[in-house]
Amino acid sequence: MDVKIKSMKREDFKDNEYIDKLVEELNATGANVVVGKLDQLINWGRANSLWPLCFGTSCCAIEFMCLGAARYDMARFGFEVARNSPRQADYIMVQGTIVHRMAPVLRRLYEQLAEPKYVIAAGGCAVSGGPFKNSYCVLPGVDKILPVDVYIPGCPPRPEAMFYGLMQLQRKIKVQRFFGGANRKEKIQEFFAQHPEEKDKY
Amino acid sequence: MFDFGIWTSWFNNLLTGCMPGWAATLIECVVIGVLVLATYALLALFYILYERKLCAWFQCRLGPMRVGKWGLLQVFADMFKILIKELISLKGTDKFLFKLAPYLVITSSVVMLACLPWGRGLQIINYNIGIFFVLAVSSVGVLGILLAGWSSNNKYTLIGAMRSGAQMVSYELSLGLAIITIVLFAGTMNINELVYAQNDGWFIFKGHIPAIIAFLIYVIAATAETNRGPFDLPEAEHELTAGYHTEYSGIHFGFFYLAEYLNLFIVSGIASLMFLGGWMPLHIPGWDGFNEVMNWIPSIVWFLGKAFFISYVIIWFKWTFPRVRIDQMLAFEWKYLMPFSLANLVLMAVFVALGWHF
Amino acid sequence: MSDIKERIRKICPSAVFEDGEILFVEVSEPEWYGFAKALRDDLKFDLLSAVVGMDWKDSLGVVYYLTSTSRNWEMIVVKVAVADRENPMIHSVSDLWHVANFQEREVFDFYGIKFINHPDMRRFFLRNDWVGYPLRKDYDANPEINPIRLTDEINEDDSVSYVEDKDGKVKAVKKNVFEKEDYVVNIGPQHPSTHGVMRFRAAVDGETVKKVDVVSGYIHRGIEKLSEGMTYPQILHFTDRMDYMSAHQNRHCLCMCIEKALGLEVPRRAQVIRVMMDELMRISSHLLSFGCTAMDLGATTAFFYGFREREMVLDIFEKTCGARMSMNYNVIGGVIADLHPDFQKDVKALIEIMPSRLKEYHKVFTGNVIAQNRMRNVGMLSKEDAVNYAITGPSGRGSNWSCDCRKKHPYSIYAELDFNEVLEDGCDSFARYMVRMREIEESCKILAQLVDQIPDGPIRAQVPKLIKLPEGRWYQQVEASRGVFGVYIESDGQKNPYRVHFQSPCFNLVGVMDLTCQGYMIADLITIGAALDFVIPDIDR
Repeated sequence: MDVKIKSMKREDFKDNEYIDKLVEELNATGANVVVGKLDQLINWGRANSLWPLCFGTSCCAIEFMCLGAARYDMARFGFEVARNSPRQADYIMVQGTIVHRMAPVLRRLYEQLAEPKYVIAAGGCAVSGGPFKNSYCVLPGVDKILPVDVYIPGCPPRPEAMFYGLMQLQRKIKVQRFFGGANRKEKIQEFFAQHPEEKDKY
Repeated sequence: MFDFGIWTSWFNNLLTGCMPGWAATLIECVVIGVLVLATYALLALFYILYERKLCAWFQCRLGPMRVGKWGLLQVFADMFKILIKELISLKGTDKFLFKLAPYLVITSSVVMLACLPWGRGLQIINYNIGIFFVLAVSSVGVLGILLAGWSSNNKYTLIGAMRSGAQMVSYELSLGLAIITIVLFAGTMNINELVYAQNDGWFIFKGHIPAIIAFLIYVIAATAETNRGPFDLPEAEHELTAGYHTEYSGIHFGFFYLAEYLNLFIVSGIASLMFLGGWMPLHIPGWDGFNEVMNWIPSIVWFLGKAFFISYVIIWFKWTFPRVRIDQMLAFEWKYLMPFSLANLVLMAVFVALGWHF
Repeated sequence: MSDIKERIRKICPSAVFEDGEILFVEVSEPEWYGFAKALRDDLKFDLLSAVVGMDWKDSLGVVYYLTSTSRNWEMIVVKVAVADRENPMIHSVSDLWHVANFQEREVFDFYGIKFINHPDMRRFFLRNDWVGYPLRKDYDANPEINPIRLTDEINEDDSVSYVEDKDGKVKAVKKNVFEKEDYVVNIGPQHPSTHGVMRFRAAVDGETVKKVDVVSGYIHRGIEKLSEGMTYPQILHFTDRMDYMSAHQNRHCLCMCIEKALGLEVPRRAQVIRVMMDELMRISSHLLSFGCTAMDLGATTAFFYGFREREMVLDIFEKTCGARMSMNYNVIGGVIADLHPDFQKDVKALIEIMPSRLKEYHKVFTGNVIAQNRMRNVGMLSKEDAVNYAITGPSGRGSNWSCDCRKKHPYSIYAELDFNEVLEDGCDSFARYMVRMREIEESCKILAQLVDQIPDGPIRAQVPKLIKLPEGRWYQQVEASRGVFGVYIESDGQKNPYRVHFQSPCFNLVGVMDLTCQGYMIADLITIGAALDFVIPDIDR
C-alpha cells in the first residue's frame, strides 16, 4: 500500500522509510474491510482538513503568513481556516524559539487542543533551539516538552518547505487507525510517560 | 410555471389512500424533517465552500483546490473531521447550558429554514403570521449565543456574548422595522401571499423609494444579525480569539459554524422573499412575452439565485470592510439606523395611503 | 562640547570626564539623581536614548546615553557605578524620563541592580522564580538551577518598590499591580493580534481599558549574553533575528559600529548597496505593517494586497542574498555577495508599480469610513510624551516629532540623498499609519536616486582574519523600520566583546502601551498595538 498525496510522486518525498514502517505496523494487526474503509474515509477527512492554530513566536510566523498570502495560498490544501482558539484547531505549528517563560504556555496550548492533535516543529529554533541553543533560557527543541510529528528545518523554512512538511503530516495521518488500537495515541502516552508533567491545576 | 404542489399532493394522496390520516401525517412529518435536515447540511456545506472560494477570489487567491475537482470535496473533508473530533468538557463550566447552547443556535436556524418558500408549492407550512414567526424564532438564536458565552466561564466568551446580546437585540429592531415596512405595503404577513403579491413586479420596484430604503436597512441589519463583518464583534477574531465559541470544540463548534453560514442563507432568503419576489420570476406588467420566458426558469432556481446573490453582496463587504467598534456599532443603530427606519415606515404609510406606488 | 563640560563641572564638581566621539561623564551614585535632573532641565538633554546595564567585575553599574533634541541631537554618556555586588542600588530616573521605567526593569532583570524609587521593580524578561542574574559575569548557567519549568508563574501581581525616605533610608514596599476589584483580561501571549508572543493584562471597566500591564519575555532568547561568548563576525546573525522586519538595518548598524571601532573604510559600492537594501527592507516592513494593521482591524483583503507587493521585495532579496528572510547580507567591511544581475531591473519594476499599488491600498482600506473611525483619535500620544518615552520611528513622527536618525545623525551615504522626513501631526493611530504609507513613497524616491548610480568597485573592504576591537566603548544608531536602533559595544581588547547591548525601538514602543490605551476600548488596544507596530523578538532580544 502506498500513501498517496495528490500530484506528488513517491520519489518527491525524501524519507519514505518511516512511512513504509508505519504502513507495515498498520497492516500487521489487520482489520476487516468495512472498518478499513471507514478508517480510510476518516483519515481522508482528517488529512485534508488540517486547521492550524495561529501560533508564531518569531520570524517563522512571518513566513507562515506568506504561506497564507496570495502567492503560496495554503487555502488550496484547505489549511487556511486558521483558528485562534486551540479548541478548534487540529495542529500546532511551532514557529520560532520557545523560551523558558513560554514553555508552560505552549504545553498548555497543546493540552487545550482537541484530539486528534498534531505538532509540527517549524524552523531551526523549534527543532533544536537553532542559533540560540546555548542560551540560558531557550528550550533546545520543542520535542523536550511535546511529541512532535514533523520537523521542518530552515531559518526560517521557505513556504515550500512548510508545504512539504504539511504534506508529510498528511501522509502520517493517512496511516493512522481510528477504530481499534490507535497506534498514535499509544505513542503519545509513551512520550508523556517519559516526560512527566508536574500535575497542577491545568 | 411548474407547480411543486403537484408532487406533494400526489404524495399526500398516495399516503392517505392506503393508511389512516394520522399515520399519513406522521410519515409526511418524518419525510419533511429528514429533507429539511439534509437540505440544511448540504446548504451549509455549499455556503462554506462558496464563501471560501469567493473570498479567495477577492484576495487574488485560488481557494481550496486540491481536495476533489476545484476543491469541491474540501468541505466534506472538514465535515468528516469535525464530526469525530474530541468534545472537550471543561472544569468550572455549567455543563448543561454549555451543551445546550449549540443546539439552541442550530435549532432556531433549522426552524427558520423550514419556513422559507423554496418554490411554487414547495413550502412546508403556510399560515397567516408566517414572517412574524420567522422573526420570533430568529431571536432564539441569540439566547444560544448568550448561553454559550456565559456557560464557558471564560472572559473572552463572556465579552463576546455580551457584545452579541447588545448587537442582536438592537439590530433586530431595524430588521423588524424594515420587514414591517414591507408588510405594511403588502398588507399581509402570510409568506405565500407575500410571494403572490409580487406577481406583477417585485416589492423593491413596486414600492420604489421606501422599499429600496427598507432593503438597504434590511441588508445592514441582517449582516449584524448574522454576526458577519463588519459587525462580527461577537467573534472578533483579532480581539477575542474566537469570541463566544472560544471554548467549543468538535461538532459543538461545528454547529455554531454551520449555523453562522445557514443564517447567512436565511437572511438572504428572507430578503429575496420580502424585496425580490421570493421564487417569483421577474415579471414586468404588460411585457407578456418576456414574462412567459421568465416563467420557463424553475421557481426554485429563482429563489436560490436571488438568495445567493444577496449572500454574495454580504460576503463581499465582509471581506472588504474593517470591523466596527462596539460603541460605534451601537451608536450607528440607535442614532441613525433605527430613527431612519421609523421614518421610512411613516414614509411607506404615506405612500400606501396616497397610493403613490405601482 | 567644551561649553557643556564647563556647565557640568559647575553642576557636579566631582564628575570625571573622558573625551571621545561622545562626551563621557562618570558620576558617583549619590550625586546621580540630582545630576540627571540638571541634565534634563538645565542642559536640555530631553531624550534618554539608551540605558545599558554593566558588570565591570569589581563594580556594577549603568551607562546612560542622553540626547538633546533641541541642541542638534548632541549626545552625552553618563556612567554610574556601585561597588556593592550583594545589594546594588542606584537611583531611578524613571520619573525624569519615563522610558527608563522598562529599561531599568531590564537592568534589574539582568544584573540585579535595584532602582530606588522605581514604581514597579519586577523582573521584565525572566520568570519571577528565576534564580540569579544572567548577565552578571559570575552567573551560574547550570541548567539544574533554572530547569525548564512547566508550571505557571505564581504571584504575578506582586510587585515591590524600593522607596527612599527623608533620612535617605531605603525600604522595600510591597505593591500590587492591579486593584483588588479590577476585572483583568489577559491578552496574549498566544493571541492573534499581539504580533507575536506579547502579553498584555488589561484591567477593564466594561469594555474600557483602565490599565495595561505589559508582561514581556515570552521570546527572550538572551542574545546579549550569547554575544559575549562569540567573536564579532558570529554575532552578526543575531541582528537579523531580532527585528526580522528590519534585518538589513539592524545588521548595518552592528557592522557600522564594529567598523567604527576598527577604523575601517567601507567601499562606496558596498555603502550604496547597503542603503538600497535598507530602504527595500523598510518598504517590505511597512507593507507588512499595513497588512497587519488592516487584518487586525478586520479588513482581511487589504492584508493580501500588502503581501502581494511584499513578495516582490522578497524576490529581490532572494535573488541577491539567497534568502527571503534572515538574509545575513551585511558583513564587517561591506556586503557578503555582489548584486544579482536582475537587481536593477527588479528594483525599477518595484518603484514603478508602487505608486499605483499605494493608491489601491488607500482605496480599499485607508479611505474606508470604518477604518478612519477606528484609527482617528485613537491612542493619542503628544509630542512631549513621545520624546519622554523615546518613541522614535514612524510612531514618533506620527506625533509630529522630527526624529529620523537618517537626518539627525546621517550615516553611510544618507547625507547625500534627497528625501523628506515624513511628519504627521495627528498624534493618533491614523497618523502613525499614514507616516508608514508615505514613507514607502520616500523609500522609493531614495531607491530611484540610487538604482542607476551604483558605482563599480569592491563590495568589501580588506578585513583582518581575526577581528579584535581595541579597548573602549562604541555606540552607533541607525533608523530601522520602527525607529532608532542602537548598538552599544564595550570591548576589553579580546576577540569577543565584553558587552553588547542592542537598543531596540520596539522596546520603547511597548512601554507606551499603558499610556496610550487608557480610556480607550479593548478593540482600540488592538488598533493601537497595530499602529505602533512592534515586533516582539526585538523587544525581548
